[in-house]
Amino acid sequence: MALSGLDIYKLLPKTNCRKCGLATCLAFAMQLAKKALAVEKCPFISAEAKTILEEQALPPIKPVILGGDNLKFELGNETVMFRHEEKFRNPAALGFIIEDNLADSKIRGQIEKINQLKFERVGQLLEVNLIAIKQNTGADRFLEVSELVLNNTVLPVMLISGDIDALKQAAAVAAVRRPLLYCATKDNFSQIAAIAKEFQLPLVAAAQDIDELAHLTKGLNALGIRDLILDTGEKNVADKIWDLTQLRRQALKKSNRALGYPSLAIVDKTDPYEEAMEAAAYIAKYAGIVLIKGLESWEVLSILTLRQNIYTDPQKPLQIEPKLYPVGKTTKESPVLITTNFSLSYYTVLSEVEASKIPSYILSVDTEGMSVLTAWAAEKFNAESITKSLDKCAIRDVVVHKNLIIPGYVAILSGDLEEQSGYKVIVGPKEAAGIPVFLKNLN
Amino acid sequence: METQLVLEKWAGVISALTIGANKEDGGSRANIVRIGGQGSLPLLFKEGSIPNRPVIAFEIWDTPPQDWPDDLTSAYGKVLNDPFAWADKCVNELKAQLLCVRMQGAHPDFGNKDPGEAANFISALLTRVKVPLIIIGSGDDSKDNLILPACSEAAKNERCLIGCAVQDNYKTLVASVLADGHHIIAESPIDINIAKQLNILISDMGLSLERIVINPTIGALGYGLEYAYSIMERARLAALSGDKTLASPFICFVGQETWRTKEAKAGYEQGVIWEIITATSLIQSGADLLVMRHPAAVEKVAGYIDSLFNK
Ligand code: SF4
Repeated sequence: MALSGLDIYKLLPKTNCRKCGLATCLAFAMQLAKKALAVEKCPFISAEAKTILEEQALPPIKPVILGGDNLKFELGNETVMFRHEEKFRNPAALGFIIEDNLADSKIRGQIEKINQLKFERVGQLLEVNLIAIKQNTGADRFLEVSELVLNNTVLPVMLISGDIDALKQAAAVAAVRRPLLYCATKDNFSQIAAIAKEFQLPLVAAAQDIDELAHLTKGLNALGIRDLILDTGEKNVADKIWDLTQLRRQALKKSNRALGYPSLAIVDKTDPYEEAMEAAAYIAKYAGIVLIKGLESWEVLSILTLRQNIYTDPQKPLQIEPKLYPVGKTTKESPVLITTNFSLSYYTVLSEVEASKIPSYILSVDTEGMSVLTAWAAEKFNAESITKSLDKCAIRDVVVHKNLIIPGYVAILSGDLEEQSGYKVIVGPKEAAGIPVFLKNLN
Repeated sequence: METQLVLEKWAGVISALTIGANKEDGGSRANIVRIGGQGSLPLLFKEGSIPNRPVIAFEIWDTPPQDWPDDLTSAYGKVLNDPFAWADKCVNELKAQLLCVRMQGAHPDFGNKDPGEAANFISALLTRVKVPLIIIGSGDDSKDNLILPACSEAAKNERCLIGCAVQDNYKTLVASVLADGHHIIAESPIDINIAKQLNILISDMGLSLERIVINPTIGALGYGLEYAYSIMERARLAALSGDKTLASPFICFVGQETWRTKEAKAGYEQGVIWEIITATSLIQSGADLLVMRHPAAVEKVAGYIDSLFNK
């Protein structure tokens, strides 16, 4: 939690000497609290107070970068407990565990599948983020499989091994890709820290208990390691949710630096449905990285869609540019369907129009990203706004006919819209799913 | 321990409510279902009491469903043509703890059942199955104002949950529910202020806040799930902080929303997992009652609930 002006005042010399340019120390403290001035403006501040103030200016959950220069992403840097307060910033990374005891051909197949796990939804590309290589046999095999993975994917990697030498060799091979090392524990942390330090790599710190975890990160900090990810180990789902919640609270509500890092959750389930439920729970509740094994595209799509939902900006719904969109090989006879510029509305209509294979125009009206019914209730989707959009896209130069199709839910607009636009209104289906049949029966 | 846990202390508690009345309570149900009563945010068991689990209700219709995709209808087969056989299958074979019956057949476009027929249907259903009932209207407001009072009366003293009351149409339903000893579902369009307002309006008519379940009108996974998710979180935070007018359990129509999405028609597994993740994500934000459709999805979500609560 940020220090208040009063908290900061207590740390200042309280002499009101005016060197900082302000009349009193309290006034200066207020400016610091607003982050309007720098600490350095006060020449008399104690070193101790300065450290406290500088530290509190840092993000409460340290941003940690995973991956090398070619493909990297940021984790952490979150600021709130609940998404209605502010957008969750860095979407949880979804990674896949590859076991090194499998045959090369099998592993190649898995990598290939992972590389292809990309989906487009409401205009956004949904991607997976990480491959974790897990050592189950000897050091040589771990190294071999690490190379196999590195050579066959551009995704950032993570190295999972309890064998310090094996981990060191694999880290050396993968160094340019900045692999995430797994994991430092209270027993091995100085050795692991040496590897992380030598190759400048991020590191997972693991302990079952969060107090122990805080000790561990302090120990690692003392060795100069600051890019950390936290893991509280294998737990049942409810205990894991508790841990993840507690870690987030420690960082945000108590400014506990020792626990102010992104977190990791490993799902260990063989049933894809169970695996997805657990992964979804951790994504909703604060995990920075979630590791799974399942590669079915239906499973991965459901997890990534949940992530997209949770990490959407609650203040700014996903919207598209309001304009006329031709779909397919349109002609001057093609039907014109009207919807809003809320991404979900537009893309739902789009996919149904595409499915119908009937070239059409979709006019997306500027409703400030509101959906059909919400926009209608807020009077952003009415005869006026639709007519304005029609004029703006010069519809009469685009099609020769005089028909508009509006969503079934706003049938009530028909009269007004016909009057204002001079077009004939055809009421379309309520649900987008009805569009293909509707378009086929139009003529 | 140096690291002090950050624990929230809540002043408020979610209202607890029982659906179904057994013999002692003047009804004829073989089992009853309790929901709500939490003194904690969802699934944070170490912080407050969570006395009741989220409960899944199987959705059945009083008429064969028209627009259900094949992967859903094939899970039930022929029984979809006979609501009573359908109800039997849910209770006997699929072990439903309660049923949510949608009176779709009363809709002017889907059979236009009159109030007498609707009442007879509910009476027969109550004889046929002994689990508690949730009764939902056809979606046509003026028609529902005729048939729901009839259904309510036919189920008098069985302590059903009946819905949905909305801001501009709640009085008729509230009066019936009051007269016949049921509970009510208050539906608000993803809007916390309307949810609160409607709860106040209903309680002003004499139906206590403890007899209201909120329907926050969810979207399915990928279809605006996050809106209801956050409304539910906000309402829970307000309720636990002491706002009694928002301290109602939530009912989420998971099946209805899932099985009209594109994904639900894109293959068996895709549809089933879509319903599953919609359900479990809403459990995460506070769902108390999940109305679901696909037996395979229900089975997985029930297993998940068990794993959360049987630690
Ligand atoms: S320079 Fe420092 S000591 Fe002097 S008034 Fe400003 S804050 Fe106070």
